[in-house]
Amino acid sequence: MTTVPISLDERFRAAAAAEGLLDVAYDLVEDTPVGTLLVGVTDHGVCRLSYDPEPERELEELARLHGPRVLRSARPVDRLRRELDEYFAGRRRRFDVEPDVRVVPEFNRRVLEELSHVDYGETTTYGALAARSGSPHAARAVGTVMNRNPVPIVLPCHRVIGADGKLVGYGGGLDRKIFLLRLEGSIL
Amino acid sequence: MAVAIPPFETFYERHRDEVMAFLGRRLGRERAEDAFQETFLRALRAYHRLEHGEHLRSWVLTIASRIVLDDFRRRRPPGMMNAAEMPELATRDERPAFEELAPLTDGLPHTERAAVVLRYGYGLSYDEIGAALGSTGSAARQAASAGVRRLRKEHA
Repeated sequence: MTTVPISLDERFRAAAAAEGLLDVAYDLVEDTPVGTLLVGVTDHGVCRLSYDPEPERELEELARLHGPRVLRSARPVDRLRRELDEYFAGRRRRFDVEPDVRVVPEFNRRVLEELSHVDYGETTTYGALAARSGSPHAARAVGTVMNRNPVPIVLPCHRVIGADGKLVGYGGGLDRKIFLLRLEGSIL
Repeated sequence: MAVAIPPFETFYERHRDEVMAFLGRRLGRERAEDAFQETFLRALRAYHRLEHGEHLRSWVLTIASRIVLDDFRRRRPPGMMNAAEMPELATRDERPAFEELAPLTDGLPHTERAAVVLRYGYGLSYDEIGAALGSTGSAARQAASAGVRRLRKEHA
């Protein structure tokens, strides 16, 4: 059976994005210091960053949340790819791409909005973030929100630690949290 | 339960090679490349309006067939068919009758299928269909009614 030439395949994927026909454009970002990432982008910003992606499950979920027109397309992801490169090289302290958290439930969105103000090189605690989100007793719920953060790194849930200074946990595994905090100079 | 609509990526990966082979046979390698892109862009434009994920293979092959027809029509010498009488494909795409026809007519011989689809899917006149197929109005009428008879028998 004829196979589609790679150049034609790429041209179609680029045209689909350029015509604004996609609910989500995604691509893999390979060989970062924290492994291969799957990144999803909408017209409103980055809606997904996944560690250890299982593409089939990811696609189903992106389609369920954002609409069925989910297609791998490199170009829409290029800007974030570049910003991630700079971040891992220590040359970028905040991301210019916007997170797209429109499909996130209201409470989570409020917490993620507060999280976005925790700067590079700083840390905060689950309780403090809960208080700033207007729910001072919701430290545990804030932990769950961090665990379900659809765009880790860009929304820096790795900067949230326990009140006793313990790192507690991380959706992408504690090793990655330690790596990111070391990269930012927050821990030794 | 209706078959869920897969993410477009899954649909595209599943059918792209077959669409490419089909277009290559009809149009030759070079023209097939443009037609390939146009086929999947058209599919993408309509994809979020699909109500279920059944017959997607027939659906995308029907879109590809339409593009092959368009290509043949564009290449027909001027005067054979008046461009103003061409169906406006972008709006015809909305017609649900066409989507129903696609999987139904899959098994018909080529000319009969084209005649049935152009008559009942696009609403072209027999003269127009004859021109599109390079034959006559009465031949087109015969092909369409032969196709319908065959469908009646198969689906009786």
